[in-house]
Amino acid sequence: MSPANDHYAYYPGCSIRSTSKAYEQSTMKVIESLGMTFQEVEDWNCCGATEYFSINSLPAYSLVARNLSLAAKQGASDLVAPCSACYLNLHKTDKYMGKYQDLNKDVNQALAAGNLGYEPGSLQIRHLLDVIVEDIGFDAIAEKIEKPLWGLRVAPYYGCLIVRPDSKYNHEYPTHLDELLRILGATVVDFPLKTHCCGGHMTQISDETAYELIRRLLHNADEYQADAIATICPMCQMNLDVFQPQVNRMFKTDFNIPILYFTQLMGLAFGISEKELGFDSQVISANAALKKIADEAPEKTKKARRDKKALPMPESLP
Amino acid sequence: MTEEKVGVYVCHCGHNIAGTVDVEAVAEWAADMPNVAISRDYKFMCSSLGQELIEEDVKEYGLTRVVVAACSPHMHEPTFRRACERAGLNPYLFEMANIREHDSWVHADDINAATEKAKAIVAGSIRRVMELQPLEPFIAKIDEPTLVVGGGIAGINTALEIANAGHPVYMVEREPSIGGHMAQLDKTFPTLDCSACILTPKMFDVGNHPNITLMTYSEVEQVDGYVGNFTVRVRKKARKIITDLCTGCGDCWSRCPAKVVDDVYEAGLGYRTAIYRPFPQAVPKYPVIDVDTCIYYEKGTCKACQKFCPTDAIDFDQEDEIVVLNVGNIVLATGYKLFDARRIPQYGYGRLANVFTSMEFERMVNASGPTGGKVVLRDGVTEPQTVGIVHCVGSRDRNYNQHCSNTCCMAALKFAHLVKERTGAEIYNFYIDIRTPSKNYEEFYHRILEEGAHLIRGRAAEVTDAARLPGEEGKLIIQAEDTLIGKQRRVPVDMVVLMAAMEPYEDAVEVSHRFGIGCSEAGFFTEKHPKLDPVATMTDGVFIAGACAGPKDIPESVEQGAAAAARVLTLIGQGEIKIEPIRATIDEDRCSGCRICNNLCPYSAIEFIEELGVSRVNPALCKGCGTCVAACPSQVIEGQHFTFDSIMAQIEGILYDRIEDTERVTYLGSQPAEAR
Repeated sequence: MSPANDHYAYYPGCSIRSTSKAYEQSTMKVIESLGMTFQEVEDWNCCGATEYFSINSLPAYSLVARNLSLAAKQGASDLVAPCSACYLNLHKTDKYMGKYQDLNKDVNQALAAGNLGYEPGSLQIRHLLDVIVEDIGFDAIAEKIEKPLWGLRVAPYYGCLIVRPDSKYNHEYPTHLDELLRILGATVVDFPLKTHCCGGHMTQISDETAYELIRRLLHNADEYQADAIATICPMCQMNLDVFQPQVNRMFKTDFNIPILYFTQLMGLAFGISEKELGFDSQVISANAALKKIADEAPEKTKKARRDKKALPMPESLP
Repeated sequence: MTEEKVGVYVCHCGHNIAGTVDVEAVAEWAADMPNVAISRDYKFMCSSLGQELIEEDVKEYGLTRVVVAACSPHMHEPTFRRACERAGLNPYLFEMANIREHDSWVHADDINAATEKAKAIVAGSIRRVMELQPLEPFIAKIDEPTLVVGGGIAGINTALEIANAGHPVYMVEREPSIGGHMAQLDKTFPTLDCSACILTPKMFDVGNHPNITLMTYSEVEQVDGYVGNFTVRVRKKARKIITDLCTGCGDCWSRCPAKVVDDVYEAGLGYRTAIYRPFPQAVPKYPVIDVDTCIYYEKGTCKACQKFCPTDAIDFDQEDEIVVLNVGNIVLATGYKLFDARRIPQYGYGRLANVFTSMEFERMVNASGPTGGKVVLRDGVTEPQTVGIVHCVGSRDRNYNQHCSNTCCMAALKFAHLVKERTGAEIYNFYIDIRTPSKNYEEFYHRILEEGAHLIRGRAAEVTDAARLPGEEGKLIIQAEDTLIGKQRRVPVDMVVLMAAMEPYEDAVEVSHRFGIGCSEAGFFTEKHPKLDPVATMTDGVFIAGACAGPKDIPESVEQGAAAAARVLTLIGQGEIKIEPIRATIDEDRCSGCRICNNLCPYSAIEFIEELGVSRVNPALCKGCGTCVAACPSQVIEGQHFTFDSIMAQIEGILYDRIEDTERVTYLGSQPAEAR
C-alpha cells in the first residue's frame, strides 16, 4: 500500500535539525525505500517543547496551532512528527481546541492576526512510528529487508509521551515498536521500563534527578542484556546517549549501550550503509553492538523439556 | 354515547386532597356531567366503607362505569378494580382520576386553580371511562417442570428446593461436571470450611435425586414460549463416552498421552489429559474427550483410552444430541468468570512468573490441586518468604469494571491466613477499603490482623521486577502510596496474588437475549427490582440467582437460589396465572405485513405469520407498552384499554370548558370513529 504522496505533511521539529540529525537522515532514507514522500510544512515554527506550555498556555497553543494551520493549508490529511514531544504538542493542541470552545476561539483569534486559522479535527496528527506501523504495515516492511538484524538484542524504548493524552495503543504497555523490531529480525528485549520517563529537560534543571532516571533505564536494559536501545524521540535519544558518560561518572557505573533511532535500525535492515544512516553522530558508539548481528538466523531453540515440577505460565496477550 | 351510567367518587384522602382541592364542589359539579348517575365525595375511598359505597351504588343505580378521583393508579387501581369485580362489574370498566399526585400535592399554593384542574381531570376520566371495553384476563397454565440453567451453588440449591418439593427439574450445565467455581475453592470464609466438603454432598444429591434430570456438557440453544409454557431446545454435546457403560474407573485418563494445560478447573495452573474428568468428585462421574486436543481427532491414531476401557464405553463417533424440553419456569444461575488480569499490564500477570491470580492461588492451596496444597513459586519448588496480595484488580476501576466484586476482600484475608498457616511468610495486603460486611466477616478480619498480616491502604500502582533500591534485586516490587502515612512505598516480595474482579461471562449478553431478559452493559442479568424483587426478571417465568445477577458470595448465592425456587413453587402451586389483558392487538384484516412492529417490540412479543402475511401479537408476552401501537404506519394496532378513541375522549374531557360539545379533537392522520 503506498499512500498518496500529498497525504502527509511533515513536521520535523527543531531537534531533528540540530542535535538529532541522524534521526532525520535515517527517516528520509527509510521512507524513500518504502516509496513514500513527506511534504515539509512550509515555514514551520518551534512547537514550544515542554517549557512554553508551563509558562503561558495560550501563546503556547497558538504557536503550535500556527503549524497546524500551515499544514492544513497545504492540503494534507495527516501531519507526521518524528519527535514525541512535537507529536504530543501538535496532537493535544488539536484535541483540546476541539474539546474546549473557549480555547478554540482564542487560538483562532490569535491566528487570524497572521491571516491563518485552524479547524480542530482537520488533520490527523501522527507519530512517525504510528505511520510506519499502521499505514505501511509489517508485510511491506518485511519485503524490504535485506539484512535482518539477527542476534542483536534490542530494547524498545517508547518514552513517556507517545501514549499521551490518549492512544489506540495500550498506555502502560504498547507493543508496536516491539513488533517492528521483531520483524526486522532483532531479538526484542521486553524490558519493563519501556514507557518510563527519560528525564526530559531535567538534565538542564536538576542533573541529579535526571541522571537517576537515566541510570534506571540503562541499568534495567543492561539487566535484560540488551545490546542496544531503540528510541523514537530525539530527547530520549539524547538523554540516554549524550549523558551516558555523566551517568557513569556520577554513579560509578560502566554502561556502554548504544542508543539508536528505530529508523536507523530499519535502514540497517534494509541494507543501507551506516554512514548514510547517521551512525557516526552518537556519543556511545554502536560498533560493538552491530558486530553482534549474525549472518544466519538464530537456530530455533528446541522446545525445552517441560520441567515436571514447574507450574505452567499463562500466555501473554499479543 | 349510549345509556352508560357513570358513578363518580371524589376522595378527600384525609387532608391530602381536601386540604387543597374543594372536593365537595368537584363532586357537586360532576353530578351535572352527562351520563353521570351518581356523584359523591368521601373521606377515604380506599377504606372498606369507601369500597362498599361503590359496590352498593353499582347494585342500586345499575352503574355501568365507575370513576374514582383520588390518588395514583399505582396506589389503588387494583383495589377499586377488585371492588367493581365484587359488585359484578368488569374491573376494566373502572377509571382512576389522579387528583393527588397530579394535582393537590403539586398545586398547594393555588387552591382555586387546583380545584379547576381537578374538574378537568375528572371530566377527562368520565369521558374516557365511557369508551372503555370490558376485558378478560388471559389465563396461562403453568407446566410443572422447571429448567435450571447452571450447576453452581446457586443452581444446585434451586434445583434441590424444587425437587424436594416434589416437582421435576431439568438442570443444564455447560461444563462436564456441576459444582461451578465453588468446586475450585480450597477453604471458604469466614469459617474456613473445606469448600468441596460442603459442596459435594449437595452435588451428589442433585446427581441422584429422582426428580432431577441432570444434563451436563450441555447448553440451551433456543427458548420459545412464555411463562408456564416454555419450549427449550438443549444441545447435549457429545462426551464421546457411552455413559450407560462407563463405570468411572479412570483407566482411560490414566493412559491418555495427550497432556494440556487445564484452563478451566485448574485455572491454568495444572494439566489434564485430552480424555478427562474435571476433578475427582465430579458429578456425573463420567469423563469427557476434548476433541481439540485428542490425538485421535488430529491424527487418527492412539485410541489408548478405547483400548484400555474395560467396558468398551468409548465411542469416538458419538454425535451431539438435541433434546426439546417443555417447562413452566426457568431459573438462570450461570455464574461469573474471573477478570483477565493480563488486561492490566502494570501488574505483570503473564510476564512476571511469580504473579498469580486469585483463582490460580486457590488451586495452589487446594490439597487436591497441582502442588498438593503447598504454597510455592512458579518453579513449583521454592517457598516464598514474602507474599503481596493486591486487592481490586479490575474492580472499582473506571478503566475496567466500576463495580466492587463483593468477595475479594474476604478472599484476600483468607489467603493471608492460609499463607501464614502454611509457610510463615510475611504478608502484605494492598487495599482501597476492607469490605467485610456480612455475619462474622468483620471478626474474621480482626483475626487476620492479629495473625500479623500487614495491611497497606493504597491501591497498588505497579508490580515490577525493575530493582532500584537495596533489597529489591531478584524480587518483585509492589509500589503503592501508603495513604495512611502519606508516603510512597516499595515493598519487595517473592510472590504476588492479584484479587481479580468477578465479571459476567463473555456470552452473557447473548444468553440474556436467548432467554428474553435484560442485562446491564457489562452483562449482569437485570432483576425486576433491585431492592424488592432481586430474583425475578421483567419476563414472567424467568428468574435469576447467584453471581450472574451481580457479584456475590456463597451465602448470598444460596439465598437467591432458594428465593428463586420459592417463586417457582408459588407459580407451580397456583397452577395457572392471570395475564393482564392490557395488550396490543393487530387487526389482521388491515395489516399490510410491513413488519415494522416486529423488531420494535422490547418483549419479542410480535411474530409474523408467513401463511397469512400478517403480524400477530402474542398476548402472553405482550406487556402493553404501546410501542407498536405508535409505530404502526397503518394504525392497525390498537392498545386494549388504551384505544385511540379512549385517549382522544380523555383529551376532549380535559378540555371540557374550552371546546364546543360538537367539536372533536383530531390528530394527524386520524379518522373519526364513524368514518372507519
